[in-house]
Amino acid sequence: MTKTFSLGGIFPKKYKITSEIPSKDAGLPEYVYIPVKQHIGTPAKILVNKGDKVKVGTLLADADGVISADVHSSVSGEVIRIDETEAASGYFENMITIKVQGDEAEDYIDLSQTLCKEIPETPQEIIDKIRKAGVVGMGGAGYPTPIKDTIPQDKKIDILIINGIECEPWLTSDDRLMVEKAEEIVIGAKILNKLFGIQNAIIAIDENKLKAIDIISNITKRYVGVNVRVCKTKYPQGGEKQLISAITGREVPSGKLPMDIGCLVQNVGTVFAVYEAVMKNKPLYERYVTVSGDMCKTPQTFKVRIGTPISFLIDQCGGYDEKTAQIILGGPMMGNSIIHTQAPITKTSSGVLLLSNELSKRPTPTDCIRCGKCVDSCPMGLRPYLIGIYTRNNLLEELKSIHAQDCIECGCCAYICPARIPLLDFCKLAKIELKNKQGK
Amino acid sequence: MITILFSNVLIVGGIAFLSALMLYFISKKFSIKENPVLDKIEKSLPGANCGACGKAGCKNFALACIVSSREEFENLYCPVGGAETMQKVAKILGFKAPKKEPQVAVLKCNGTCDNAPIKLQFDKIISCRLANQISVGQTECPNGCLRLGDCVKVCKFGALKINEKTLIPEVDESKCTACGACARICPRGLFEIRAKGEGGKRVYVACNNKQKGALARKNCKAACIGCMKCAKICSQIQIKDNLSYIPSDVSAEKYGEELVKNCPTGAIILKNAQSKKEHS
Ligand code: SF4
Ligand code: SF4
Ligand code: SF4
Repeated sequence: MTKTFSLGGIFPKKYKITSEIPSKDAGLPEYVYIPVKQHIGTPAKILVNKGDKVKVGTLLADADGVISADVHSSVSGEVIRIDETEAASGYFENMITIKVQGDEAEDYIDLSQTLCKEIPETPQEIIDKIRKAGVVGMGGAGYPTPIKDTIPQDKKIDILIINGIECEPWLTSDDRLMVEKAEEIVIGAKILNKLFGIQNAIIAIDENKLKAIDIISNITKRYVGVNVRVCKTKYPQGGEKQLISAITGREVPSGKLPMDIGCLVQNVGTVFAVYEAVMKNKPLYERYVTVSGDMCKTPQTFKVRIGTPISFLIDQCGGYDEKTAQIILGGPMMGNSIIHTQAPITKTSSGVLLLSNELSKRPTPTDCIRCGKCVDSCPMGLRPYLIGIYTRNNLLEELKSIHAQDCIECGCCAYICPARIPLLDFCKLAKIELKNKQGK
Repeated sequence: MITILFSNVLIVGGIAFLSALMLYFISKKFSIKENPVLDKIEKSLPGANCGACGKAGCKNFALACIVSSREEFENLYCPVGGAETMQKVAKILGFKAPKKEPQVAVLKCNGTCDNAPIKLQFDKIISCRLANQISVGQTECPNGCLRLGDCVKVCKFGALKINEKTLIPEVDESKCTACGACARICPRGLFEIRAKGEGGKRVYVACNNKQKGALARKNCKAACIGCMKCAKICSQIQIKDNLSYIPSDVSAEKYGEELVKNCPTGAIILKNAQSKKEHS
């Protein structure tokens, strides 16, 4: 029996054209641009100066406070600029520009491909290593992993869910990672098991990833405390709350965190990074990125150094022409348009999509026909059409009363609406307004 | 048959009459007396319920006026009704009317489509506030107008509209009441509520770009580049974050033309320059 969440959900076309293509090393660009803030929280404190020589794995910036993460160099070379540089959104962010020279790594990193199975003794040792490697949640928002791991005393985790669901169309970076680094992920799960003192890690994979399911379930037979669960291919199965509901049947109450009900969800990419951090002393400086889309000439999943310009990847896939209407960073459902292709890949970028006008054009909305499809599709049980109406009229109290702040911005409602109303825009705006009001 | 009908009418009519009587006495007995002064003040207010005064609606403003002391009253002001309305209210209360200069909203951005061409087109994004969160915008100026008209929608007095030629909003001075709704909603903080100036003549910097000169100029020809030329003309002008600010007490009469002439980018705007002279 495949599992799934109970409320709502949609079945968008998959477009997983890259799932069978082995990943490729993207190689070294001429320059990398490494943002000092690739996570939620305070930016890291910069430790290097212009003109410094760095190696792969050199610490560039130090975590500042509890909610922050270390940033390491992904290449060897010379720091040529530390200044505001354009990010994918077009806004300027503080970045460290490094001119690439050679490819020399710090001595402490174990670059061999051999599998290590000896898990360190104490949880503290594990935490230190994860923290030092600058691991952040690689699924979406980029929450620094150590805080996800150091749980308050009164909260007891009894189940660790490893999110191998890639429900966004086009993207296959997690899929490829699971096929290519299966055993490493399982060991990563064991490490986290040890950290929390539990024997209950579940790797959740959606049913269309046959190869990954096959490989990982074979490996988990040899490891105690790590199991595979197959979930139905349905969007947004990879949402934290939806995944918990599918696997455990528990619901995360409004305004609460998964840890309040004893669950912890980590993305497979993060778990792989944990493995590398703990067993190989390797900081998080590369990740899997899918470059795809209907305007992409040779779609491909790459292993990319953090800070590589997006254009470097696009060029390797045959570049793009004037028919490309939109370039998206992330998935088509939740990603954002890229303003500058010169902007870098960060720890949280999972894909780059080149889309044609047909796929990206937003249709002209008509009036709501009261079909109720948006309500049926919402995985959070909200009433998107009402959120739309209230937002349009700026009725903040009413928005709060219908729990607009619980929206996970999955976009199911906007996808399904036959009247083509940009419901997701309204939901996002509602959340911005509610947050602003709270701030005041 | 007739008698039954007749008695029915009588009974129902009687009940109705009794209820009416009861209602009458109850409403007399429990009636709430409206404060006549409150009523009077409320009537002299514009009744726009816009919240510009800082109170939740006109009634609350009237209440605040009544309970205020003489000094407190000085700080109350209805920007929509203006001096005239405040005069009326003051008269009702027997206070002196607070003196306030007439104000107007000005747009601190001159990113017209000539100055700041569109580089990437938005596709039907519903609001400036949303667009501001997800990207720099169509002109790639991180501080400039997003051109989606949140301010136009929020203005209750119809004083704003997006100019079809320039694509940025335009303030209709005769309709603007300086209520500040646009200033509150604009995600880039582009509106400033400023003194109208003598004869409507005022000079201000129509730019909000805090980037360094070269970068600012890359996206918009009319961007302030922080060159300090204006600051040399009048010492009251401050430059912070590569952006000049002309305080409203800098005389437009005295410095206006010189400032406009010396600004290399055209970021400084002199409004109603011809109001005194017939031709320029
Ligand atoms: S975007 Fe928000 S309102 Fe719309 S379906 Fe998803 S959770 Fe529900
Ligand atoms: S899906 Fe669209 S048309 Fe149907 S009720 Fe929702 S908003 Fe209205
Ligand atoms: S002035 Fe502000 S609110 Fe008005 S259109 Fe421009 S960005 Fe939007």
